[in-house]
Amino acid sequence: MPRRFAMVIDRKLCVGCAACVVACMNQNESFGYSRCRVTERLTGSYPNLRLDIFSERCNHCEDAPCVPVCPTGASHHSAHGLVEVHKDKCTGCRACVAACPYDARFPGSDGAVSKCNFCEPLVHQGREPACVAQCPTQAMVFGDINDPQGELRRLLDTRKAQVLKPEAATRPHIFYLEARP
Amino acid sequence: MLFRSLCEMCFWRCGVRATVENEHITRLEGHPTHPLSRGRLCPRGLGGTGAIYDPDRLLQPQIRIAERGAERFQTVSWDDALDQIAARLRPIIAQHGPESICGLVHMQSDSHPIHFLKALGSPNTATPSYTECRGPRDAAFILTYGQEVWSPEITDIRNTRCLTLIGYHLGENMHNTQVQDFAHALRNGAKLIVADPRFSTAASKADHYLPIRAGTDLALLLAWIHVVLAEDWIDHDYLARYATGLPELREAVRDTTPAWAEAETGLPAAQIVESARVMAAARPAVCVHPGRHASWYGDDVQRTRAIAILNALFGSYGREGGFYLPVSSKIPAYPLPPYPKPRKPSADGKGSRHPFAEKTGAWGLVRATAEQDVYPIKAWIVSGADPFHSTPDPRMVQKAIDQLDLLVVVDLLQGEIAGHADILLPECTYLERYDDLHAPPGREAYVAVRQPVVAPLGASRPNYDIFRDLGLRMGLDAYYPWKSWEDYLDTRLQSAGLSLAQIRRDLHIATGQTTQSLAPDHRFPTPSGKIELHSAQLAEKGFDAIPRYTRHARPDPGWFRLLNGRSPLHTFSRTINNPALGSIQRDNDLWLNAAAARQLGLRHGQQVRLTNQDGATAGPVRLRVTERIHPECVYMVHGFGHQARGMKRARGQGASVAALFTRFQVDPIMGAAGRNHNFVRVEVA
Repeated sequence: MPRRFAMVIDRKLCVGCAACVVACMNQNESFGYSRCRVTERLTGSYPNLRLDIFSERCNHCEDAPCVPVCPTGASHHSAHGLVEVHKDKCTGCRACVAACPYDARFPGSDGAVSKCNFCEPLVHQGREPACVAQCPTQAMVFGDINDPQGELRRLLDTRKAQVLKPEAATRPHIFYLEARP
Repeated sequence: MLFRSLCEMCFWRCGVRATVENEHITRLEGHPTHPLSRGRLCPRGLGGTGAIYDPDRLLQPQIRIAERGAERFQTVSWDDALDQIAARLRPIIAQHGPESICGLVHMQSDSHPIHFLKALGSPNTATPSYTECRGPRDAAFILTYGQEVWSPEITDIRNTRCLTLIGYHLGENMHNTQVQDFAHALRNGAKLIVADPRFSTAASKADHYLPIRAGTDLALLLAWIHVVLAEDWIDHDYLARYATGLPELREAVRDTTPAWAEAETGLPAAQIVESARVMAAARPAVCVHPGRHASWYGDDVQRTRAIAILNALFGSYGREGGFYLPVSSKIPAYPLPPYPKPRKPSADGKGSRHPFAEKTGAWGLVRATAEQDVYPIKAWIVSGADPFHSTPDPRMVQKAIDQLDLLVVVDLLQGEIAGHADILLPECTYLERYDDLHAPPGREAYVAVRQPVVAPLGASRPNYDIFRDLGLRMGLDAYYPWKSWEDYLDTRLQSAGLSLAQIRRDLHIATGQTTQSLAPDHRFPTPSGKIELHSAQLAEKGFDAIPRYTRHARPDPGWFRLLNGRSPLHTFSRTINNPALGSIQRDNDLWLNAAAARQLGLRHGQQVRLTNQDGATAGPVRLRVTERIHPECVYMVHGFGHQARGMKRARGQGASVAALFTRFQVDPIMGAAGRNHNFVRVEVA
């Protein structure tokens, strides 16, 4: 099986502190820019409430709408399922920004379209993405979804998981473990 | 290149690893083996590059050239600035004595102004972390167990089977190691009980969320104690061996039934009973957390005493999953002559007005300065603190400043207090300096030291150089015998068989001791040698020997109790201007219960203004209409609402909670300033 990178985030552990957002800013962008964000959804009424916290970024979708809309081929799938942007081919037309159901793309600090690449340069060196490495609660797990021995696979096999906007049918590769069994 | 140091984005002091390229810090991450970071940092620690490379940083000494508060300064040399401070301090000391100089300081580099002021003979140095924050909880644990709760707290969250948080919003107050341990406990299936009028992040993870009416926590605690005694969930052997005062406790809580507490707290009696049983089932691996920012209502020592007592009943103190017995490295102090004995006691009334105060209180010094009724206080040295954001009441802070002949401010940025300075000195950031050794009580004894990663920007300097140069100008040579700060550190480390070279290489050195378990004949450092459920010490001074509930005033219709707390992205008012952290959370918002908002005709996202019972105002601030808060209170994150022109990004963003702290109730036991007594009206801005 070819390697296919994915991320699992345990919502039972995530406190929404945004360490991922700052770690990404340090690793990939500059002040004011990050490829990660934290969102919250609340349901119920006081005091019977449910708060869902999501650490969000590019979902590296299998059927990524941002890839076919790109007129220059800058937006593409690279090895191991990553969705990446060739900066030199990007004209900044932002068709991909509009196409992304997750609002994961934005004009970056250098003007070109930016987005999470799972810290590909770090992963290439055998390290974890910066957000995963620094997450204080260790809520984030990165790995190869096709590795039957991997922690990521184990979590997906043993815990209930959801993806964001399943109705978009993009086959996203960030999985959120349910906070409660 | 990788460098190691200790973080100072808050007071926790995690190990950091900094990547430096061309003398520029490009990345910060958690030091892999430091006991407090374990390879990870919180968002503020990761955002430390924003502290060092903030374009608004103070980089030159300055003197004031217009009236105080006009924020107009002229750049001067260090020699001019320090000469002028010395020249102005001398006549103040000659006329009024050294006690007329007062230090309001914070963060680890506060040890340097404190040393300077003690060497001068002043008894008046305070950090706001005592009477404005942690003091009541530490006093309560000293009264009960003979020992404070320390920082990092000695709570064994990592191994707990049940964690109970009372108004303590772990995860929003982002203390790295503690949050790591919290997540570890949740992963292992520990039960979580959260009592908070606000549905906090922690509450959203709780097995039992208790939406308590603000200000009634002591009623809940006394009802829990009642249930635990009535249903006999106590650890009899533990109490017989280690505690005293059980019969008096039984008597005191006979009537604090869950039904009684229901009327006070608004919590169903059945929920009070059920949550008590959940804790009991986990004993002794249960941790009822004593909190950290504990200065709420002026009866905070007694509230935290009830927490201490409840833990004792479960036998959790000194047991795995409850509280561990800390150990620490003993590093001898640098050999120095004793400080001169102050001619007068500290002006806040520590030990007399408030008999169980262990430390001088910041608001007490501000009060004594404003009123000038203890003895003249004519100069302030403020370092790393801003009384306008930390200390009630803002009108009293202003009145105090108006009494001063000299106000020296040392800081990284030109915030509110700096705008009033006569002389403003630029301290360098934690990434550009050492500090004193750090050997905190904890699970394992170690010593670590902050160390410079890059050279200070501009003319900014570390406090150990600033105050040494000032000390030498004041003739305090005997208190500054070291050749350099490295020499000071190395001398201390050598006296413990260690060296600066070793600690520079390793960042932290474990010194061998690890936490022990409670010995059968363990004596607690209290007068009785036992855990004091009933406190004869308190009784002797006329206080309740066992906590007794008194009802606090509640807001009238149309008014809301103002509560405040933390964001994981910010530390006090210090980080709001940080270009990394401020870009993620630029401002705060005002949380208001959705039903209450409907009644007032207010909409989510509207700009509103707050007015308190004394006419103090804050805002405009964005309104968050939410189900996540009790209808009797509103909530804001502390630290926002800067007005200082020197903080260009933070200025005008959000609202200041502290601006509304005109009313506070003083804890008579140790002098804490309980500030949750302010009520506000909310109107469209």
